[in-house]
Amino acid sequence: MFAYFPHTDEDIRAMLDRIGAESEDELFSDVPSGFRLRNGYDLPSSMSEDEVRAFFNGLASRNTRLTVFAGAGAYDHYTPSVIPYITSRSEFLTAYTPYQAEISQGTLRYIFEWQTMICSLTGMDVANASMYDGPTAAAEAMRMCVACTRKRNTVIASSTLLPGVLEVLRTYARNCGVNLVETDAIGEAVAEGTLDLAGVIVPSINRYGIIESHLGLADAVHEAGALLVEYCDPSALAVVKTPAEWGADIAVGDAQTLGMPLCYGGPCAGFMACSSKWMRKLPGRLVGQTVDASGRRCFVLTLQAREQHIRREKASSNICSNESLMALWSTVYLSLMGPEGLRRVNALCYVGSHYLHDALLATGRFTDPFEGRAFLKEFVLQPLMDAGKLQQTLLDAGFFGALLTEEGYVSFCVTERRTRAEMDALVRVVKEAGL
Amino acid sequence: MRYYDRLIFELSRKGRIGFSLPACDADPVKAETAKGVTGIWRESPLDLPEVSEPDVVRHYTNLSQMNFGVDTGFYPLGSCTMKYNPKLNEEVLQSFLGLHPLQPESTAGGAEELLSFMKKALCEICGMKGFTLQPCAGAHGELTGLMLIREYHRSRGDEARCKVIIPDSAHGTNPASAAACGFEVVEVKSRPDGLVDIDALRPLLGPDIAGMMMTNPNTLGLFEKDILEIASLVHGCGGLMYYDGANLNPLLGIARPGDMGFDVMHVNLHKTFSTPHGGGGPGSGPVGVSEKLLPYLDKLKVSGFHGNFGVIARACAYILSLGREHLAEAGTFATLSANYIKESLKDCYRLPIDSVCKHEFVFDGLAGGGGDVTTLDVAKRLLDYGFHAPTIYFPLLFHQAIMIEPTETESKETLDAFIEVMRSIAHEASREPEVLRTAPHNTPVSRPDETAAARQPVLKYEFR
Repeated sequence: MFAYFPHTDEDIRAMLDRIGAESEDELFSDVPSGFRLRNGYDLPSSMSEDEVRAFFNGLASRNTRLTVFAGAGAYDHYTPSVIPYITSRSEFLTAYTPYQAEISQGTLRYIFEWQTMICSLTGMDVANASMYDGPTAAAEAMRMCVACTRKRNTVIASSTLLPGVLEVLRTYARNCGVNLVETDAIGEAVAEGTLDLAGVIVPSINRYGIIESHLGLADAVHEAGALLVEYCDPSALAVVKTPAEWGADIAVGDAQTLGMPLCYGGPCAGFMACSSKWMRKLPGRLVGQTVDASGRRCFVLTLQAREQHIRREKASSNICSNESLMALWSTVYLSLMGPEGLRRVNALCYVGSHYLHDALLATGRFTDPFEGRAFLKEFVLQPLMDAGKLQQTLLDAGFFGALLTEEGYVSFCVTERRTRAEMDALVRVVKEAGL
Repeated sequence: MRYYDRLIFELSRKGRIGFSLPACDADPVKAETAKGVTGIWRESPLDLPEVSEPDVVRHYTNLSQMNFGVDTGFYPLGSCTMKYNPKLNEEVLQSFLGLHPLQPESTAGGAEELLSFMKKALCEICGMKGFTLQPCAGAHGELTGLMLIREYHRSRGDEARCKVIIPDSAHGTNPASAAACGFEVVEVKSRPDGLVDIDALRPLLGPDIAGMMMTNPNTLGLFEKDILEIASLVHGCGGLMYYDGANLNPLLGIARPGDMGFDVMHVNLHKTFSTPHGGGGPGSGPVGVSEKLLPYLDKLKVSGFHGNFGVIARACAYILSLGREHLAEAGTFATLSANYIKESLKDCYRLPIDSVCKHEFVFDGLAGGGGDVTTLDVAKRLLDYGFHAPTIYFPLLFHQAIMIEPTETESKETLDAFIEVMRSIAHEASREPEVLRTAPHNTPVSRPDETAAARQPVLKYEFR
């Protein structure tokens, strides 16, 4: 017997009798013997609970605990204690997709709240129930631009997007038949004009941590008959201009900054929102409000005619499972934070990152390639020493920072979790390093 | 379950807070504006709830009590493999939460070891030569696998292969994934016995075929016993075989997709390997390949970092707990349970294909047609008795499809209780059809008006 399997010998016999089979093997008589598994799996033997715990403790001991001063798509923000407490409630954790609305009002209500909050942050009209992560949300937005403009096939992506986002865009473009053009001169590329232009993807905050200005871009993109997509950090949208304010048609990004632990990169959740004009082209699930047979307010999955289980090859996307529980995670986060909490997170990040930025420059070992440009928590510097050695020296001292970029800069990130003492210690290491 | 009618926004009172952060009076916008940086700041108000911590805890606890989950009761949900989610798996992740995904491997040795263990274990279970753990869900895995098929043909200068063959019984994600990857979908019919019609397949094969997607057992729960011949035909025309891992569970301990001629496949860790479904994710859809696709595996970047690490870690704990001994039992118990339900109900429900099934099977509505009572009514009535509904109106081969998959973690007592309720619903259908047509009656809400929801969509709360 095994803890998760309740079948006793007696049960098995009774069930086989009902079926009219001599043995369990008879149930597999239709599986050709040529490829029946003969000698079992070459895998470890069953472990007890404590053995499994010991295995994971052993793994954990081979990771180095570091103080994180890096971002680049994954940010070390604070997780309020309430969140894991709520998300681990088994009514949420072990539930299926809420197709049976009558017994899924909990899931449906929090998704409706999430959709509302994503709309509040981005300023957009409609948000879906979540995507896998930010980069895949960007890739789906790229496909959506093509779908919305019909026969057009070219999407321009800013080369200032995070490297991880560009890599996923390239993979999708190459294999989904989209002509992806990467450039840092977006305005010129749009002005040059191509009849084939379907969309333009730009970051709200770019790979250098700089808040970008998109003044006039939406008008130019719309004049060219294309859609504007903005990739944003939802946490920062509490202070930076929203995609709606810039005139974007689609907003995407990663909700990891809304209180999710780093967890070696996942799970997190992507989000996707658009103006109501494109609502029916939006991929993924949507929750809508309605009433039940007795007139009570309730919620259902709606506009499902866009989705794979109804439309098959004509669906707006193949997405099925998304990141529902992580959407709950950030919905609880945003409920706890409210407008004031989110403002304070940004203020703490701003104060901390500028303190570290200035202190590092003051060591005389860096220059600032983007002097005067506004940043909130992440910034890059040009090191005046070997960047690889710098990162290693920091690692040896217990810090993960000075991430080397493709351009030869080093990037740092300071969230509200970093203390003055930690920053001073990092600066001291930089100062004293014999590099 | 109890009806609770609040949204978090309706609990909001100006000035309340639910966070605990150090004080900070700085204002980034003012500071930057003073330096002359303008025009890039938010101007519109930010509508988020202002609530205290106890408000939040009580609100979401109340919401949770309107939800059904595996821990609440039985899900006979076909093709979804809603097995028990072990609690041990929820605790193993704790010491990995602070790991940054871009940390050098030298500082993340444990995490890397976990990933490489999982790749090896999945290769062994599936008979594949390599795995990527990046895809975050089953459909994401399908798309990744189709991209690999595309990369393979492209590298050989074989770009005319624009079609993918998919059986009419396939999961909806299969054609949707193929279309998303730019392929034309060619449907192949099933025979009356529910298996792929090889005679219908032959004329479809040619130099324009990129590959064929199949799940085995198929969505009728039937083992495609001609799979070697099908694979050999598809390979013969230069195509590749894709295995949809949604139905992998019954094969545990029985057979491996790699040994059946499949070149590329995905696994749903949230099905076969017991990670919680979370109300629709996070899932994980690792993709495995045979030798010939190995060179293309690392060329693809389909998600931000290493995939859903937290989900992969839970699945790892599951594989270690079961070990070689009990993993090999899972498929058999799942199959035994499905056949037991099928045989116990086939006099009350129409069984269109009466043969031994694997992990799931499909009824086509009530025996005798059911009169005005539809499959939807049966499904909704089940909710009254504390069971989740089966998968309904899928596969599309039957008009009143009821697709039942019990999994190996349900006891005979649970199966018997389900059987009894299904039988009594069948009786109700003839005696009191109105009770079924208006079901459910014991749930927090009754049937929602879906037409109204779609006609004038209300997709967010309107702040006053």
